[in-house]
Amino acid sequence: MDITLTIVGQSIAFFVFWWFCQTKVWPLFANVLDERKKKIAEGLDAANRAQKDLQLAQARSTEQLKEAKVEAAEIIESANRRAAQIVDEAKEQAREEGKRIIAGAHAEIEQEINRAREDLREQVASIAIAGAEKILERSVDRAANEEMLNKLAAEL
Amino acid sequence: MAESAGLEHGLEHGAEQTVQEYIQHHLSYLTFGRHPDGHWGFAHTIEEAKEMGFMALHVDVMAWSLLLGGGALLFFRYIGRKATADVPNGVQNFVESIFEFVDSRVQEGFDHKNPTIAPLALTIFVWILLMNTMDLVPVDWLPGVAAWFGVFVGQEHMSFKVVPTTDPNVTLGMSFSVFILIIYYSIKNKGVGGFLSELAFHPFGKWMLPFNLLIEIPTLLAKPISLGLRLFGNLYAGELLFLVIAGLLGLYQLPFHFIWAVFHILVVPLQAFVFMMLTIVYLNAAHDSPQH
Repeated sequence: MDITLTIVGQSIAFFVFWWFCQTKVWPLFANVLDERKKKIAEGLDAANRAQKDLQLAQARSTEQLKEAKVEAAEIIESANRRAAQIVDEAKEQAREEGKRIIAGAHAEIEQEINRAREDLREQVASIAIAGAEKILERSVDRAANEEMLNKLAAEL
Repeated sequence: MAESAGLEHGLEHGAEQTVQEYIQHHLSYLTFGRHPDGHWGFAHTIEEAKEMGFMALHVDVMAWSLLLGGGALLFFRYIGRKATADVPNGVQNFVESIFEFVDSRVQEGFDHKNPTIAPLALTIFVWILLMNTMDLVPVDWLPGVAAWFGVFVGQEHMSFKVVPTTDPNVTLGMSFSVFILIIYYSIKNKGVGGFLSELAFHPFGKWMLPFNLLIEIPTLLAKPISLGLRLFGNLYAGELLFLVIAGLLGLYQLPFHFIWAVFHILVVPLQAFVFMMLTIVYLNAAHDSPQH
């Protein structure tokens, strides 16, 4: 165990290396690790926030879904009501239309009857006159018997 | 170390080299220093190296120490400059895991605020870990290359030690550097008076001052010495056993070498870790308030 200059050399190397490590090496890694720590913290933070956001969004979506369901139910109900109303109205209209058609038909029939009656009357008068002429074997002055013929026709 | 005249004649794995010489050769350093006659140069034999005394530099272990420590730090810096805060790639991840390992050890063991302790711990841990790992390189590889190379530079039988932590100069150099830091931070945080009173009035109060000094000064000095010698001792013992296996068994060393290497893999990081943790603990104590 001979102590030589080597001990001095090693000591100098020791302090030089220490200085080098402290000024040139350590800060590089300390910075990088700090930065990464910060990044990871930020990342975790962001993840937390995102999760919270997600929960909020989910809550909001269920809320909206519920609202939408209620709204849809309302819409369906009102639609049903409206449909029923429309059907009712249509029924009413149809009934009225029917009535009107029936009334029109009645009027037409009445008219037809009247016309027929008029024709008949006309023809009755002619037949009566013809009959009378046959009976009397002569012509009957239609004008002279106009009043009587009219009375006859009116009785029909 | 024992005299071994046999070293001057051939160190190839020949009949004339005994196991003792083989180990001796592997435990000596490539030494550059001042010869007794005053001129500076490489030592050619173990005896020459011994004669240089203090004025000698173990070039091999110094070179490996600088290469490993500097290489690791430059590599870290290279990775660190490219590092991003995004998903790290494999190498960056690896370096970061070492970084975070050391940083969390410092945060556990060091209660005060001093941003220079963590880089210190990182330097110590990585540096010692790499120096220790050199112990797992088969003992003849690098010295073999060096010996082959040494022939061309006039260094026959060149010694070449590749495990810096098996040199007490290296381990004690580091531990006494830590010791300097202990004293520096003690005085900085407690004042000269605080530091001295800790030595003088602890643990038995001021009436037992000489006794306190007798306890506290060895305690203080024991820190760097034990710190350095623990590392040295563990690695030296490991290296020695590798050498014994290699020297006794020659080519048949492989299974034994492997078994011991597996055990030694535990020692390599453990000693680096222990050195780092004790440094943290000692420096933490140096930051503690005087009333303790």
